[in-house]
Amino acid sequence: MAAHLKKRVYEEFTKVVQQQQEEIATKKLRLTKPSKSAALHIDLCKATSPADALQYLLQFARKPVEAESVEGVVRILLEHYYKENDPSVRLKIASLLGLLSKTSGFSPDCIMDDAINILQNEKSHQVLAQLLDTLLAIGSKLPENQATQMRLVDVACKHLTDTSHGVRNKCLQLLGNLGSLEKSVTKDAEGLTARDVQKIIGDYFSDQDPRVRTAAIKAMLQLHERGLKLHQTIYNQACKLLSDDYEQVRSAAVQLIWVVSQLYPESIVPIPSSNEEIRLVDDAFGKICHMVSDGSWVVRVQAAKLLGSMEQVSSHFLEQTLDKKLMSDLRRKRTAHERAKELYSSGEFSSGRKWGDDAPKEEIDTGAVNLIESGACGAFVHGLEDEMYEVRIAAVEALCMLAQSSPSFAEKCLDFLVDMFNDEIEEVRLQSIHTMRKISNNITLREDQLDTVLAVLEDSSRDIREALHELLCCTNVSTKEGIHLALVELLKNLTKYPTDRDSIWKCLKFLGSRHPTLVLPLVPELLSTHPFFDTAEPDMDDPAYIAVLVLIFNAAKTCPTMPALFSDHTFRHYAYLRDSLSHLVPALRLPGRKLVSSTVSSNITPHEDPSQQFLQQSLDRVYSVQHLDPQGAQELLEFTIRDLQRLGELQSELAGVADFSATYLRCQLLLIKALQEKLWNVAAPLYLKQSDLASAAAKQIMEETYKMEFMYSGVENKQVVIIHHMRLQAKALQLIVTARTTRGVDPLFGMCEKFLQEVDFFQRCFIADLPHLQDSFVDKLLDLMPRLMASKPVEVIKILQTMLRQSTFLHLPLPEQIHKASATIIEPAGESDNPLRFTSGLVVALDVDATLEHVQDPQNSVKVQVLYPDGQAQMIHPKPADFRNPGPGRHRLITQVYLSHTAWTEPCQVEVRLLLAYNSGARIPKSPWIEGGEMSSHVENSIEGTIPFSKPVKVYIMPKPARR
Amino acid sequence: MPEIRVTPLGAGQDVGRSCILVSISGKNVMLDCGMHMGYNDDRRFPDFSYITQSGRLTDFLDCVIISHFHLDHCGALPYFSEMVGYDGPIYMTHPTQAICPILLEDYRKIAVDKKGEANFFTSQMIKDCMKKVVAVHLHQTVQVDDELEIKAYYAGHVLGAAMFQIKVGSESVVYTGDYNMTPDRHLGAAWIDKCRPNLLITESTYATTIRDSKRCRERDFLKKVHETVERGGKVLIPVFALGRAQELCILLETFWERMNLKVPIYFSTGLTEKANHYYKLFITWTNQKIRKTFVQRNMFEFKHIKAFDRTFADNPGPMVVFATPGMLHAGQSLQIFRKWAGNEKNMVIMPGYCVQGTVGHKILSGQRKLEMEGRQVLEVKMQVEYMSFSAHADAKGIMQLVGQAEPESVLLVHGEAKKMEFLRQKIEQEFRVSCYMPANGETVTLPTSPSIPVGISLGLLKREMVQGLLPEAKKPRLLHGTLVMKDSSFRLVSSEQALKELGLAEHQLRFTCRVHLQDTRKEQETALRVYSHLKSTLKDHCVQHLPDGSVTVESILIQAAAHSEDPGTKVLLVSWTYQDEELGSFLTALLKNGLPQAPS
Repeated sequence: MAAHLKKRVYEEFTKVVQQQQEEIATKKLRLTKPSKSAALHIDLCKATSPADALQYLLQFARKPVEAESVEGVVRILLEHYYKENDPSVRLKIASLLGLLSKTSGFSPDCIMDDAINILQNEKSHQVLAQLLDTLLAIGSKLPENQATQMRLVDVACKHLTDTSHGVRNKCLQLLGNLGSLEKSVTKDAEGLTARDVQKIIGDYFSDQDPRVRTAAIKAMLQLHERGLKLHQTIYNQACKLLSDDYEQVRSAAVQLIWVVSQLYPESIVPIPSSNEEIRLVDDAFGKICHMVSDGSWVVRVQAAKLLGSMEQVSSHFLEQTLDKKLMSDLRRKRTAHERAKELYSSGEFSSGRKWGDDAPKEEIDTGAVNLIESGACGAFVHGLEDEMYEVRIAAVEALCMLAQSSPSFAEKCLDFLVDMFNDEIEEVRLQSIHTMRKISNNITLREDQLDTVLAVLEDSSRDIREALHELLCCTNVSTKEGIHLALVELLKNLTKYPTDRDSIWKCLKFLGSRHPTLVLPLVPELLSTHPFFDTAEPDMDDPAYIAVLVLIFNAAKTCPTMPALFSDHTFRHYAYLRDSLSHLVPALRLPGRKLVSSTVSSNITPHEDPSQQFLQQSLDRVYSVQHLDPQGAQELLEFTIRDLQRLGELQSELAGVADFSATYLRCQLLLIKALQEKLWNVAAPLYLKQSDLASAAAKQIMEETYKMEFMYSGVENKQVVIIHHMRLQAKALQLIVTARTTRGVDPLFGMCEKFLQEVDFFQRCFIADLPHLQDSFVDKLLDLMPRLMASKPVEVIKILQTMLRQSTFLHLPLPEQIHKASATIIEPAGESDNPLRFTSGLVVALDVDATLEHVQDPQNSVKVQVLYPDGQAQMIHPKPADFRNPGPGRHRLITQVYLSHTAWTEPCQVEVRLLLAYNSGARIPKSPWIEGGEMSSHVENSIEGTIPFSKPVKVYIMPKPARR
Repeated sequence: MPEIRVTPLGAGQDVGRSCILVSISGKNVMLDCGMHMGYNDDRRFPDFSYITQSGRLTDFLDCVIISHFHLDHCGALPYFSEMVGYDGPIYMTHPTQAICPILLEDYRKIAVDKKGEANFFTSQMIKDCMKKVVAVHLHQTVQVDDELEIKAYYAGHVLGAAMFQIKVGSESVVYTGDYNMTPDRHLGAAWIDKCRPNLLITESTYATTIRDSKRCRERDFLKKVHETVERGGKVLIPVFALGRAQELCILLETFWERMNLKVPIYFSTGLTEKANHYYKLFITWTNQKIRKTFVQRNMFEFKHIKAFDRTFADNPGPMVVFATPGMLHAGQSLQIFRKWAGNEKNMVIMPGYCVQGTVGHKILSGQRKLEMEGRQVLEVKMQVEYMSFSAHADAKGIMQLVGQAEPESVLLVHGEAKKMEFLRQKIEQEFRVSCYMPANGETVTLPTSPSIPVGISLGLLKREMVQGLLPEAKKPRLLHGTLVMKDSSFRLVSSEQALKELGLAEHQLRFTCRVHLQDTRKEQETALRVYSHLKSTLKDHCVQHLPDGSVTVESILIQAAAHSEDPGTKVLLVSWTYQDEELGSFLTALLKNGLPQAPS
């Protein structure tokens, strides 16, 4: 009912507006929207009570307002504002003013005076605060206007003494966002008294209200973000705030201290109660470290996070963070880490068997013990032991960042990271494993540490195990026992969790190639060869045996003496594995055999690379296709496409580029072929059949262009233009073909209109790139646009046809880095002969595990499709949490798909495949009003189409009828 | 002079028998009521006759607070309330209230049934005693009476352990009980806000220890257990029923879950099952992990840990058994130990401290041949490990808590005198607050300066604020007004209002002062000179010369007259009202210095 009424209201206004505008706007037809201002005015006048008015305003706020009508609306709102007595309505109006002034294309300087005016007469604190917020919106829309900003800052300063914390908050926010950066310039220019914004804000650091104190610090941080250099004097003020009673103040103060420490790292500050001096960054580091044991966990997280980015700190201070002087009954004690290290270096292994093994040693001088160090002592020890896992994660991240910049610190923090592998929360464990991987270049694992690391291989969580495999891929091991240990544990893992097979093989591949000399002495034992006796030939299908071979063969690659230790069957197995698992087994220089694979030495730079040159040359040749006759052009294109495809297969690093260009050439080829059709010369009605080829070509070009746009990562704007241009041509082709094959003119009107809209859209989106499209189809089209607008469909089609024939073939610039998105479904493997049985009408969960390469934003774009034998298709949107990111450009989808169907008489196969969903509308810029409004992202998430990008996998299922 | 008095009846420079008397603003509170493990005579309970020789304790105590359920903090409670006699409220947290009677009953059984003691409290007494308990929630402010209020904070240590803030007016005391500043597998860390009490009474068990990170110990423990069961050995872990046992259970349970192990874990039954039930219930008192995951599964619903039956001990294959008691001196743990000791594949892990004379202590100190009763000699071949899991704050933790609460002074209890001395020095040195460590029966008296709240009338406040509100609102400011004391409340009002309320007429109070000046000239001229002098000195005041020859500065009147006896001396009469006291006395002082020499 309400909706109906609303419609009625709008209908009425429609009339009003049309009458007003009729004299001026003669040529436009689309002006059907009611004027917002008029509607609002009538609504507000109708309102009898403040509650009513508020309702109208709320309703009004749900709809966007065009830039042209903003000013009118603002006037009406202001007018009503003066009359209104109820503060809540005034509050809403004030907030609407702020929202309206954000409208793009509207310059709010005209409403500023009014806003300041009403500010002066306002009594309610809440409305005052809202008005200041509005002023902030206005001010930030006019960043260049110095005078306005000065004026607003003045207003803010005036209201700083307000008794309400809300008003003071907003004032400080305003100062932070608009406070002038260079005061000398403005002084000369405007003659207004420039204020020292920093001083004013700094005064409010000691305000009585904690919210205002927080706002003051935030304002200061805002000034910093806008590029103002903060004074060093702030440092002392901020340090005092670290002991504030309120957590939000402390949290902000920690940030401020961090900022100052980054600005003045080398300044010298005195240490209180002694006459020593230290660098500011060290002092700040110590202070932030102290906050890691704060009472509030919010502050602790903040502090732990910031520690990670303080790289200028002296190593002396840095290493203190891991140091916690232990004592027991006033005697010095060594930490378990120190003991482990000592045991290891003394050659003895494992311990703990004796009581009093950790007995304290020397006495400590009671005077020298400092229980709360002012410095950084033990900050990370505390952080990693914190009760909140958020703090622990932050501490691990910080450790990671600091260790990346300091190898010596990396060595020291190793023990602590290894300890974190046993955390009770999986996220923390995972995070510490990742961290360890990131710093693995700087470290070598000791045997006892390796032991602890490997213990985690038995973890039941797949993520943890795989992260650990990744870690082992890039760790340095110091001894051959270490390698042996790692192998044994990995094999144990393999028997316990057979699904880890691929990951373990890959891990061993890297382990082998990194430590050839350590593997060498282990070979006889691993292959269980005997100097005199032949041993039994191991089973070639045993995953564990393959694992061992992968390790050995990869080590043998750089260790030429190793193959001498192989027995005969090892060579046979090598040949087999080299063929079947070529990505895991490298080419070996075996005695008496020729090296199979070609040796492309990696030291050739891309410029000299012959294949790169070949690619470039063949493309150059194609772009000269314009000068050939159609027949020759077709042949050349065909050859080149074939060449490119072959090149992509041979050279994996060029596959993306080659595929991408080949697709583009195929589009062109299809277009040429379609235009060569005979049907163009004959009267339309006679050639209904043949036109199939042309329309099919158009359809295929469209598909290919979508693939080009969305399936490749690294596509830049200049390529997108060309792709869209190709699509536009395809659309033109489609239009022409339909025009020729349909009778009657009526449907053509709509189609022409639509096409012209597309052209218009193209022009708007790529206005900047149009100069590059000289002589192209669209270039010509735009020249003739006015004529096309006015002419009849038949003429339009004629023009299009000629232009399509005349247009040149655009050169596709190659992007720097381009990769084709691909996906492989690992699970279900599709080999099972046992159908998955379930009761019809109920659901069965199918585990899907797939790796995705070079997919951008997989959370939104990758979908799973299930095709039932009856042709029914089902699309499943995986949860964002189902995607993992094991490395750059790689993603992993582990999800469950729920299948259900009515009963079948026999088991049958369903197909599972992955789809890449796209939406070309996502490129259209959106208005800020919609962004801020409630009805936001539906448009964005809608799917326009999908591209299948993985091989389908068949799953055998059998829904049984339910038993009664 | 208001003061806070603290007298430890137990736990003063000692561990065990915690019992501390606090009197604060006339209110008497008893903190904890524990027994001492080391004695079996009268000394095991605190000496309640200190409070009163005759009569009931109810008249002398306002309330009793129990921090947690360990017997050295609550063991004397039935004796105190039922046998000595106390009917007032006893405060404790909900988990403590639930578990406390189980432990008391167990204690009673051992004392009466096993040791055959007479004159001990009965089961009925425990029940009656528990009826007097009032349970409190964390951070709940409980009004004991009109003035006394208490509030509980989380303390870690064991399930339901709490720190208590006792507050009367603006004076407050915080008692920590036992607490732990590092989280463990089932409990979080102690936390307190910046409550700035006058006195913080803290335990100091580990006053001279700084501990290593907990992770190493946990990892070692898990590794040892894991290796042993992988070898096919059996692991025996003697524990006390409550507290650490649950932590170790959680630790092993999660490890089993993570590593997908199938080896059975058993827990010897008895009082544990009842206690475990309460652990399941009081999820809000546990740590973040358990609180977050209990929706899926309550971590105390053990999947891998099952009840133990004595026949299981002879089963082949690996297993892990938790058995009571913790020091291997009797009971089930000793039986199992005797069965398993002969096999070198097996292992016993002692998770805590063992008293001298027990089997546990003997094997820990390396003895390999044990003489059992009946002259049997037991050869210990199994491995013996020691693993310390303690839930008290170490020196750093204590300092951290003191830093968090920001007290005016600190008092140490529950620790050894020598160790306390060290910590006391450190606290005084680093926080610059006074620190005490009284022995049992010794009283510490702490003078306090309580602040007295005074209400101010809005009119007066606004009038003063008009004169300028500076951002530094925390600075003291001078303010004129009248303090009205009525019915023990204080109000600050403007003088007019005070007069009106009291129905009094306003009295003018004027001060007059004569200043002698050496001046031979006439009175009028003198007055003129005074005028010009004042005019030049007091630039921002209104100085006027009236036609009758007198000078006024604001409302102060100055008249010159000739001295009756000495014509060379002029007398200046200065007169001002009480309100202008400041300016008046300044003027007199100025005039007394004499006038500048007039240009003649």
